[in-house]
Amino acid sequence: MTTTLPMQTKKDFQTDQEVRWCPGCGDYAILSAVQSVFPELGIPKEKFVVISGIGCSSRFPYYMNTFGFHTIHGRAPAVATGLKVTRPELEVWVATGDGDALSIGGNHTIHMLRRNVGLKVLLFNNKIYGLTKGQYSPTSEIGKKAKSTPYGSIDRPFNPLSLALGAEATFVARSVDVFQAHLKTVLRRAAAHRGTAFIEILQNCNIFNDGAWETLTEKEVRDDHTILLEHGKPLVYGKNRDKGIRMRGIELEVVALGDGVTEKDLIVHDEAHPNPAYAFLLSRMDGTPGFPTPLGVLRAVDAPAYETGMNDQVRQVVAKKGKGDLGQLLSAGDTWEVR
Amino acid sequence: MATETLPRQRETVEQAVIRFCGDSGDGMQITGSQFTNTAALFGNDLATFPDFPAEIRAPAGTLPGVSGFQVNFSSLDVFTPGDTVDVLVAMNPAALKTNVADLKMGGILIVNIDNFKETDLKKAQAATNPLEDHSLDGYRLFPVDLTKLTRAALRDLGLDAKSMDRCKNFFALGMCYWLYNRPMDATYRWLDDKFKGKPVLAEANKLAMKAGYAYCDATEAFQTRYEVPPAKLEPGLYRNISGNTALALGFVAAAQQAGLPLFQGSYPITPASDILHELSMYKEFGVVTFQAEDEIAAITSVIGAAYGGALAITTTSGPGMALKTEAMGLAIAVELPLVIADIQRGGPSTGLPTKTEQADLLQALFGRNSEAPIPVLAASTPGDCFWVALEASRIALKYMVPVILLSDGYLANGAEPWKIPKVEDLPKFPVKFRTDREGFMPYTRHPETLARPWAVPGTPGLEHRIGGLEKQDVTGNVNYEPLNHERMVRLRAAKVAAIAQDVPDVVPAGDPDGDLLLVGWGSTYGAITAALRAQRGKGKRIGHVHLRWLNPLPKNLGEVLKRYKKVVVPEMNMGQLLWLLRANYLVDAEGFNKIQGKPFKQSEIEAKIQEATR
Repeated sequence: MTTTLPMQTKKDFQTDQEVRWCPGCGDYAILSAVQSVFPELGIPKEKFVVISGIGCSSRFPYYMNTFGFHTIHGRAPAVATGLKVTRPELEVWVATGDGDALSIGGNHTIHMLRRNVGLKVLLFNNKIYGLTKGQYSPTSEIGKKAKSTPYGSIDRPFNPLSLALGAEATFVARSVDVFQAHLKTVLRRAAAHRGTAFIEILQNCNIFNDGAWETLTEKEVRDDHTILLEHGKPLVYGKNRDKGIRMRGIELEVVALGDGVTEKDLIVHDEAHPNPAYAFLLSRMDGTPGFPTPLGVLRAVDAPAYETGMNDQVRQVVAKKGKGDLGQLLSAGDTWEVR
Repeated sequence: MATETLPRQRETVEQAVIRFCGDSGDGMQITGSQFTNTAALFGNDLATFPDFPAEIRAPAGTLPGVSGFQVNFSSLDVFTPGDTVDVLVAMNPAALKTNVADLKMGGILIVNIDNFKETDLKKAQAATNPLEDHSLDGYRLFPVDLTKLTRAALRDLGLDAKSMDRCKNFFALGMCYWLYNRPMDATYRWLDDKFKGKPVLAEANKLAMKAGYAYCDATEAFQTRYEVPPAKLEPGLYRNISGNTALALGFVAAAQQAGLPLFQGSYPITPASDILHELSMYKEFGVVTFQAEDEIAAITSVIGAAYGGALAITTTSGPGMALKTEAMGLAIAVELPLVIADIQRGGPSTGLPTKTEQADLLQALFGRNSEAPIPVLAASTPGDCFWVALEASRIALKYMVPVILLSDGYLANGAEPWKIPKVEDLPKFPVKFRTDREGFMPYTRHPETLARPWAVPGTPGLEHRIGGLEKQDVTGNVNYEPLNHERMVRLRAAKVAAIAQDVPDVVPAGDPDGDLLLVGWGSTYGAITAALRAQRGKGKRIGHVHLRWLNPLPKNLGEVLKRYKKVVVPEMNMGQLLWLLRANYLVDAEGFNKIQGKPFKQSEIEAKIQEATR
């Protein structure tokens, strides 16, 4: 049976629920991008499920007119895993935040990634706890003064991309709430990936951590502070596209183009490199003074999805043994008849 | 099989209790299981009590390393593994020291004297050698060179000493088979299957077993052989079954009867892990087992699977229950069906991982934040675990609720003959998902069960959002209004209370009214039943009610409690059901409590009955 899917639009994915994020919150831009991309994918909307944990970002499912499940703090990856294994044909997206995914739910995040469950994960990173009103988060910088750290935080932060790559995630990308076109491209890439697609979205909390990403987003400076990764292209960046990234030993270095240094000397981005160490090196540029912040797809390698393996095993056993017979199972092993 | 060479006395006894005990590495659990299986196939009724340490291999020969397996087999109905033992097989001084007190005076004591050297005695902290200090004079002691004789029997196989010594438990098993005149063929079959890839080990164990049998035949050590005739069980096809196996089979059956795939999310924990092992073998039934990264992922993955339309279960023990509590609250709020099986063990904290207790009752009932009612039911025997798994699943699906199923270490590892049900006699409870988009709201309710519709993702037109935030009645939208909250709290409670319509009235065993009512739940069933049978007909009127449903309680329970002058509640805890009965029925019930990591003995309950009816 073939049916033509009626044309779906952004409006089909909007709910009648009043959106209750603070005015000016970066979440609105992310919601808009997702609502724009979903109808493009050619998948009936009843096949989409959005699952979240707890936090500002986790209110996401209420605003998506799909199936949605707002679960408990940190557990969205585990709930989503149970669903995806049970119903592999569904498109299961996870909306989470830096506290939800990396603090209380850190364990589920790494295990989802190592298993390569077919989930698309949107990690809204604003480097602060918003819903609990302004405590530092596991991605806040050292010295962060917040409600619970009046003298500054002494915690070393997680780099979400490094963490995901350490767990050998098969798809790792980063975008920014306000870079709508870029964000949509990354979302489309994630939608097409099998296995876990992990996207860190740099998101501004204008109430508790306003401007956390402004060196990456302000028009005047952003080109010198970010590098857009493109598969098969050399790592060039800068307002005048006059800087690049080169390998030196086992380190990266920033070089100025010219004076004998050409694009040929630079690293050519290979998102499909089988060794996650390459993407890991890219992810480490963030914290290194003088280096740009990478945006785009750091890693995209093909590997079997968890739910496929799980269900294949069931199919293989059924093919080998035949469908189970309950009567035989109950009377298996040594039995005896009492007359 | 060797023919008898010496004249023997033959004695028929109604029942016998054997306990095999030795080091954790001595294979006592296998030895006991094999004897049990053979007794079951012979047609005896039986009950077993495996008792082993939490350590996989405590230092060899020490007191904490002792592992034991007790089997009570009989020509009569059996309800407990037996208070005392007729035959004790002790493989070393530590095993002898920790177990000999349970041997009947005049009982048979088989000891492996090869393990009674000075160093062995030291490890067991024995000041003198019990084989020489006359402390065993009250028993019929059979000192046997078990290790030497086993090595002699296996010398032609070309095995190293260590491999040969690992067969000595089968020498002891062969002796017990001779003593109770049992065929060895079931154990042969088991060995052939177990050592499919290493036939030499199957052969070695068979030779050791035959040598043990022949040893008894050829030496004058044993003057008497015993016969325990088959029991008169209800007609039907039987197998021997442990509680954990029965529970696993119950869930497979439930999924089939509901027409759903089975999803189990679980994190390994003693004594529940065997359910995961068991279910992971049944993929041909469409069973998916997910070994989660932790207890929380185990239950939340199950919530996800239930959301997707599977019969979803999680299996754990007390510490795991504690970790799952927040997720149980979510399941209550979103009203999805799942079963949480808690195989209780001694606590608090890590407690006694391999020992039994029934102290999670109040945790099951109340261990969540806020008003979070959950139906709770408990299994009473190993075979009953099958029926309780089926019933828990049926109720979860019918009422769209999470259900807690309580078992315990004693039921989980203990075994009994189980009458195999015919598939056509099992209840059927096919599930219908909501597909009609007309008038669909996620929180409308069935008029009798108050169940909300199960609208699984992928159903066109039924897109909706659920979550842990309070819902508006009917629409399911997020809602914080005071009166709506009170209404939803009361609705969730009313839904669990409505399950009472599926809970049969209790009918007391023994006298329907009179002097004393014993009220129990869970694995105390066997000991209470046996004690009641022994104490009835002595002038006092005694009844026994054993509760399968702890929440909701049976509708007529309050009335039944009033029919007796006294109510006594035996429990392996500090009095948790007692607390519930007193709170619910204002009855002046009295507790009888044992918190030793061991089940009640029949004699203990009998003594309590005598005291209470004096």
